[in-house]
Amino acid sequence: MIRDPKDLPRYNAAERANHWVTGICFILLALSGLAFFHPAFYPLVQLFGGGAWARIIHPYLGVILGIAFVVMFFRFWQLNLINDADREWLTRVGEMIEGNDHNMPEQGKYNAGQKMVFWSMAVCVSALVISGLLMWRAYFNFPVGIVRLAAVVHAAAATIMILVAIVHVYAAIWTKGTIRAMWYGTVTRAWAKQHHRAWYRQMTGK
Amino acid sequence: MALQSLDIKQRSATTTPAPQARQTMEIAKLIDVSACIGCKACQVACMEWNDVREEVGHNVGVYDNPTDLTENAWTVMRFTEVEENNKLEWLIRKDGCMHCSDPGCLKSCPAPGAIIQYSNGVVDFHQENCIGCGYCVTGCPFNVPRISKKDNKAYKCTLCSDRLAVNQAPACVKACPTGAIEFGSKEDMKDYAGKRIADLKERGYDKAGLYDPPGVGGTHVMYVLHHADRPGLYAGLPENPSISPLVSLWKGATKPLATFALGLAALGSLFHYVIKGPNEVAREIEEEIEKEDAS
Repeated sequence: MIRDPKDLPRYNAAERANHWVTGICFILLALSGLAFFHPAFYPLVQLFGGGAWARIIHPYLGVILGIAFVVMFFRFWQLNLINDADREWLTRVGEMIEGNDHNMPEQGKYNAGQKMVFWSMAVCVSALVISGLLMWRAYFNFPVGIVRLAAVVHAAAATIMILVAIVHVYAAIWTKGTIRAMWYGTVTRAWAKQHHRAWYRQMTGK
Repeated sequence: MALQSLDIKQRSATTTPAPQARQTMEIAKLIDVSACIGCKACQVACMEWNDVREEVGHNVGVYDNPTDLTENAWTVMRFTEVEENNKLEWLIRKDGCMHCSDPGCLKSCPAPGAIIQYSNGVVDFHQENCIGCGYCVTGCPFNVPRISKKDNKAYKCTLCSDRLAVNQAPACVKACPTGAIEFGSKEDMKDYAGKRIADLKERGYDKAGLYDPPGVGGTHVMYVLHHADRPGLYAGLPENPSISPLVSLWKGATKPLATFALGLAALGSLFHYVIKGPNEVAREIEEEIEKEDAS
C-alpha cells in the first residue's frame, strides 16, 4: 500500500514504542496472572517455562509495565481531560454502540470512551503495582493482613484491567482504519474527519 | 513431602473432586501443654527424621531456639511466662502446622497438587509442584508455612505423612519423654484429652479445655490447654482462627465470577461485531476528501 502523504500523523515512533512495551507486558502479565488466578488457566504457565518461571517473571514484567505506563501517562494525560462534549458523548454512548455515530458530539484526539479507558487503566495500573509489590515475597515480607488485602485488590484490579483491555482492543478492531495508527503512526483524513472531527479540524485547519 | 500411598481428599487448584471411594480414619496429634517440660526432644526428632537442619543460631535471651519456624525447623517450642493466680506459670507450646480440616494454605495455593490433604486429615506440601508464590503463607491462619530462601519452595510439618503411611506414629510423638504428645484416631485423642482435662480441672484449672478450633473445621493437631479460655496466652495462639474473609473473597466466588465476566466481554465483543458490523468511515466523507484533493 502506498501511503498517502496527506495522511495525518497520530503517533510518533516513541509513542508507538512506548505503547507496545506496555502492551506486550500487559499481555504477558495477563496470561501469567490468569494462570495463578483460576486453575482453568493454570496451563498458561507453560508459555513461560512452567509455574515457577511464571511466578518469577510476572512481578518483573509488572515493574516494566509500571514504568512504561507512567511514561505513557505523562505523554497523554492532558489530552484525556474530560470536557462537556465528553459528558454528552457518554450519555449517548448507546448510539455509538449501535454503530450510529453520525450525530455524536465532535471529538478531539480522543473520544470520551478512549478517555475512560485511559483513566481506568491509570487507576488499575496504580492499584496493581502497589498491591503487587506488597505481595512480592521474593523481596518483601509485609504483615499478612496487608498481603491478604493486596491479594484481593490485585485480583479485582487485574480483572477490571483485562475487561478494559478487551474493550480497548475490540474498539480498535471494530473501528476500521484505527490499528495502523499504532503500527506506523498515521490515519487517513477521512478516518479523522469521521471519528475525531475536532482533532481533524485542528490538524488540517478545515 | 507428599506421599501417594495415602488417599488424597483435596488437592490445591483443582476444581474436580478427588477419588472418594475409600475413606480412611481421621487421625490427630494431641499436644498436652500441661505435660510439656520444654526439652525440645520433639524438635530434635523432627529434624532427625525429616533430615533437615536449621543453622546454629544465637541465644537471644529466651529459651526459644530456633526463635521461629523456618524451612528447616518445622516445629518449635514457644516459651511464655505468665502470672496466673499469683503464681508464675511457664507455658510451653509446641508450635507447627495444625493440619486444619479447612486448610487456608490449600485454598490459597494456585499450583495444582502443590498442597494436598489426605483423607486421614493430614495437610501436606508437595514441593515438586510448588511454584514459590507464598500464597500459602497468605492463606494460613496460624502463620506456619515458610518459603525457603534457597529454593523458594514452601515447607512445614508433614505430620510425618511418610511414617503414617507405614503405620508409624510421627517422630515427635515417639521422642516425647513425658507423653505430652499423643497420636491416634481423632476420636481417641478427643477421649484422651477429656481425661486430661478432667484431671486438670480437679487440680484447680477450671478453664482447662481442648483446642480444636471449629473456625477451620477442627484441626488434626490439637492442644490440651490449662487456660483454654485464653489461647492467646500461649505465644499468641489464635482465639478463634478461621480462613480470613479476605482470603475467602479472593479465592471464593469471585474467581468463577471474574472468569465469567472476562469470557462474557470477549464473546460480547465478538458478537457485537457479528451483529452490528464494523465501524467504517462513511462513503460521503471519503468522497468529500477525494473532492478536496481533486480541486
